[in-house]
Amino acid sequence: MIRNPLRLFAAIAPLMTLSAAALEKIIIDRGYDEQTRIAVAPFDAAAGAGGGIADIVSFDLARSGQFDALPPEQMLSMPSHPEDVVFRDWRVQGVEYIVIGRQWRTAQGELAVAWHLFDVFNERELMAESLQAPPEKLRDVAHRIADDVYERITGVPGAFSTRIVYVLATDAGTARARYLLKIADSDGARARTLFNSVQPILSASWSPDAQRVAYVSFESGRQAVVIQNLATGGRETVAEYKGLNGAPVFSPDGRQLALVLSRDGNPEIYVMALDGNRALRRVTRYPGAIDTEPSWTPDGAGLIFTSDRGGRPQIYRMELGNSMIERLTFQGDYNARARLLPDGRHLIYVHRRAGTYHIAWQDLERDDVRVLTETSLDESPSIAPNGMMLIYATQDAGRGILAVVSIDGRVKYRLPSDEGDVREPAWSPYIDALSPSSGY
Amino acid sequence: MTRTPLRRRSSNPVLRAIATVLAGGVLAGCAGCASPEAPEPVAIPDEADAPEVVSTPAPEPAQTPRTDADGVWLDENGQPLARTLYFGFDEAVLKPSDLRVLERHGAFLRENSDRSLRIEGHCDERGTREYNLALGERRANAVQDFLVSAGVSASQLETVSYGEERPQDVGHDESAWAKNRRAELVY
Repeated sequence: MIRNPLRLFAAIAPLMTLSAAALEKIIIDRGYDEQTRIAVAPFDAAAGAGGGIADIVSFDLARSGQFDALPPEQMLSMPSHPEDVVFRDWRVQGVEYIVIGRQWRTAQGELAVAWHLFDVFNERELMAESLQAPPEKLRDVAHRIADDVYERITGVPGAFSTRIVYVLATDAGTARARYLLKIADSDGARARTLFNSVQPILSASWSPDAQRVAYVSFESGRQAVVIQNLATGGRETVAEYKGLNGAPVFSPDGRQLALVLSRDGNPEIYVMALDGNRALRRVTRYPGAIDTEPSWTPDGAGLIFTSDRGGRPQIYRMELGNSMIERLTFQGDYNARARLLPDGRHLIYVHRRAGTYHIAWQDLERDDVRVLTETSLDESPSIAPNGMMLIYATQDAGRGILAVVSIDGRVKYRLPSDEGDVREPAWSPYIDALSPSSGY
Repeated sequence: MTRTPLRRRSSNPVLRAIATVLAGGVLAGCAGCASPEAPEPVAIPDEADAPEVVSTPAPEPAQTPRTDADGVWLDENGQPLARTLYFGFDEAVLKPSDLRVLERHGAFLRENSDRSLRIEGHCDERGTREYNLALGERRANAVQDFLVSAGVSASQLETVSYGEERPQDVGHDESAWAKNRRAELVY
């Protein structure tokens, strides 16, 4: 559990002013029992440099559930240079690591930051870095620092610099219904609209280079698969056949798109070549059954998908080389919309148990199944690129919201929306937003 | 690892659907389908007052049927013909009462080959969105295949599945779900 709710709130509070967007502040419901206590001292903002980097870094680390961030008002000192660090000030509060830094404006008007990570008990500097970016990338700078600190301490790359896309539906079920495809920071801040329509939008998924998003749109009155370039906003319809055109997912190398078409009379999985002639290859063939929700194995050599060929929806895996198919799920009568963890050995999917729908985790080698969520109507799990957390859609007080759970089920937080129903989240691959060529 | 035995079923979901209706009377095991007029053999009813259109080129109908605001025939009681058909949970099986309604839609479409019908399949919110798109298509196809089997030209028919994306009732209980598991006939 979070040790001190007030302390947590202090970490959250600055965000409430930072995110003037559809997603409100994050509500952390649960963290690890044993958290690493860290302190991020405020970076002494020179005039005009803006503030808040330390708050964003603190909150990123806190929402991982692995860190307990000391709020500034409890700090006995606020050093910004290494020589000003008094380790005793931190040791007495049980702080294991401190991050200090300073920020200023360069002559060219850029935001510059120099920061350090210290191991308090060993009184040792672990990292010393400097960053420079356009001032509007302050949040990217903060997320980068959080990523680096997280990786240095836990050994796992941080995924705070990532983005999420999701669908916001307003006035659902009425003549005024609108559907907005949104992109935001992984903490919900800086949300902006990529596309909006009076017709449904769903099933967004990222290209591995994080430059494009594929999704399903009904804008023409029929189903179509669209690929949108995030930097230019340019959109291209790549599939609009008779019947279903759905569930697009980019291959790990970004050169193919798996999708579902029923143009031959039955929902089947196809693979479309994205370079050249858009050639389609049909990879399943099972008349009378629904085959849908494909997802690639991390090596790109196979697909997992949902099929009711056995009578009820279950997860199957197909090797593309020899078309061998193997059933993966056996517990329960509804298992669907699966995604593999980056290690390829663990499966995340929607699992019905006692009439309710939850997100489940399965060890494919031991057939061990664990239910990770206890909310209701949980769906659309999407895994962070470091494999530590997943974001999913659920219901809260009758409204669709996004929620995040760690892969071991022990950390949970929600991203409530101030309007409408939020759904269909897709967590981006790693993004190097500070690189000028990243498009971010 | 276990290899799944690949069990084949009828390739046509509607043949399966109709077979179920004909064999089982009314869908044993269909929880959501309260059907008071239960086991009734569903040979397609001959409606005395409906224009008889058989395989031979139709002569003039005995009388011009009365129509609703869209120019679609009224039902045998002079009421607008039902345009929404409801389904059981995770099922795409037409109910016997719906077959009677569809038979009349079919007769209308046969008589009016210039009219076309868009069949929209919908689901309740339970289950995953893409699976529900496929299930909604199965429902729309059940209607389409029945109409084609009743002699309607496939060129007059179009299907689209909205899955769970366009609920009729945005509630989160059984009564809302029952209203959302549907096919809508849009002229």
